[in-house]
Amino acid sequence: MRDKIKEKLGSKIKDWKEQSARRVYFTVDKKDIVETVKFLFRDLGMRFSIASGSDTPEALEILYHFSNDPSGEFYSVRVFIEDKNNPEIDSITPLFPGAEWIEREMWELIGIKFKGHPNLKRLLLADEWPEGEYPLRHKNEP
Amino acid sequence: MSHKVIVPIGPYHPLQEEPEFFQLYVEGEKVVDIDIIIGYNHRGIEKLAEAKHFDQVPYLVERICGICSSSHPYAYVLAVEDLLGTEANVVPERALYIRTIIDELQRIHSHLLWLGLAGHFIGYNTVWMWAWKYREPVLDMFEMITGNRNNYAMFKVGGVRRDIKDEDVPFLKKTLDELVPALDMFKGAVMDDPVIQARLKKVGVLTKQQAIDWCVVGPTARASGLNMDVRRDEPYGVFDRVDWNVIVEKDGDVFAKTVVRVLEMYESVSIIRQCLSKMPKGEIDANIKDIPPGEGIGRVEAPRWECFHYIKSDGTNRPIRHKIRAPSFMNVASDKVAAVGGTISDATLTLAAVDPCYCCTERVEVIRKSDDKKIMNGWDLIKLSHEKTNKVKEELLNGRA
Repeated sequence: MRDKIKEKLGSKIKDWKEQSARRVYFTVDKKDIVETVKFLFRDLGMRFSIASGSDTPEALEILYHFSNDPSGEFYSVRVFIEDKNNPEIDSITPLFPGAEWIEREMWELIGIKFKGHPNLKRLLLADEWPEGEYPLRHKNEP
Repeated sequence: MSHKVIVPIGPYHPLQEEPEFFQLYVEGEKVVDIDIIIGYNHRGIEKLAEAKHFDQVPYLVERICGICSSSHPYAYVLAVEDLLGTEANVVPERALYIRTIIDELQRIHSHLLWLGLAGHFIGYNTVWMWAWKYREPVLDMFEMITGNRNNYAMFKVGGVRRDIKDEDVPFLKKTLDELVPALDMFKGAVMDDPVIQARLKKVGVLTKQQAIDWCVVGPTARASGLNMDVRRDEPYGVFDRVDWNVIVEKDGDVFAKTVVRVLEMYESVSIIRQCLSKMPKGEIDANIKDIPPGEGIGRVEAPRWECFHYIKSDGTNRPIRHKIRAPSFMNVASDKVAAVGGTISDATLTLAAVDPCYCCTERVEVIRKSDDKKIMNGWDLIKLSHEKTNKVKEELLNGRA
């Protein structure tokens, strides 16, 4: 499985890290994310477990977690979005509907805009929550 | 006639922990579309976890859900142990067995709870009463081991907080022995009953392809023919050292989801028995003090499916990012396809079949266009479901006569 990914994605993989027997992390450019996800989900038949966004000092970061259930391996694809003022990335929801909610969640909590998402509206936050305030950003913290 | 009517279900029932709001778009009896609105109980736990130190987080995540209140702390400690190495390297042997026992006891009590609710929804109130009656001894076992009937406070990074005393083991074994006849009864009541079969089969079907596309997990996925179980695929605790089977069904309907849960309880009983007899003596805690920088992923097969935690540490005593994905997050979304095409009387059941701790049918409005508005309560929806069960019963009786 690892060889297949390396062979197909080749130089698109920036940083390949095998943390343990069942944990692989690798980084791709944000423009390549749809292609990468499509390959893992459709061609290799992995299950999309979830994505997790976080705010780091340098950039916003998204990890797309894929589970290869037969072997118990977990592949986490990392993407950095440098422009914190107007963070944008292509949506993966058009590929499969299971990603709809988590992209909505990352949009409202971290403020990442998903281009091409069919239904980008609030999922968890209250209607009264102010626009442009993203609770999981660290801007107000030391 | 395309007279579209909106039936809102929800959003809030004060007794249950996951208020959700379903808007059913119906034409006549048939559900044509469904809108799911969540977020009524958003407590910002991921943000709160960033302000707690690593030893406090289990208490916090335990309170995410009162039913699977060992799955979240378990997934969390697994994530931290993944950062440190692996669970098996970090945690003492005996603690692994205790963790497994807690995890499986929780599965039994949760499945019984669901079975009772499902019985109630289709008008089998005896099943409801019995399921909850036999759930009590399971909670007694929890109380004996952990001191609590809910929110067990057992998990910590590197081990467990309380040991299982030798003198308690006979009681635990006896209680398990007494549980098996009750499970036999439920198995018979569900799998051999023609009315339940007629009522639950082909209701709320999620096909295998839909299950893949919506990324559903756990009993919902296993009922749709997806052979997956975190306990086998990525064994934690001692699941790789005991004999048990993954239960998979093909049909994807409510009946299949019920069968999966009933049969899984037998496996849980067997796992706990093996653990109690194989459990070695020894330490229960590795006394881990510092968490180095890094990231880790922990996942646990919760009663409802895969529970996922992601932890990122920068070397301080608090996580800088803690992502939690409860299984219902994936499964509730799949209701969108499972309920569409069915009837209103099936919708309550279909929405409940993924077991989202859901009972928010307390306040229901039926809107016919905008001029004619009628407020029903949740009982009316359950009554609709009961009526259909009775109809199925009569049809079966007439067919035989």
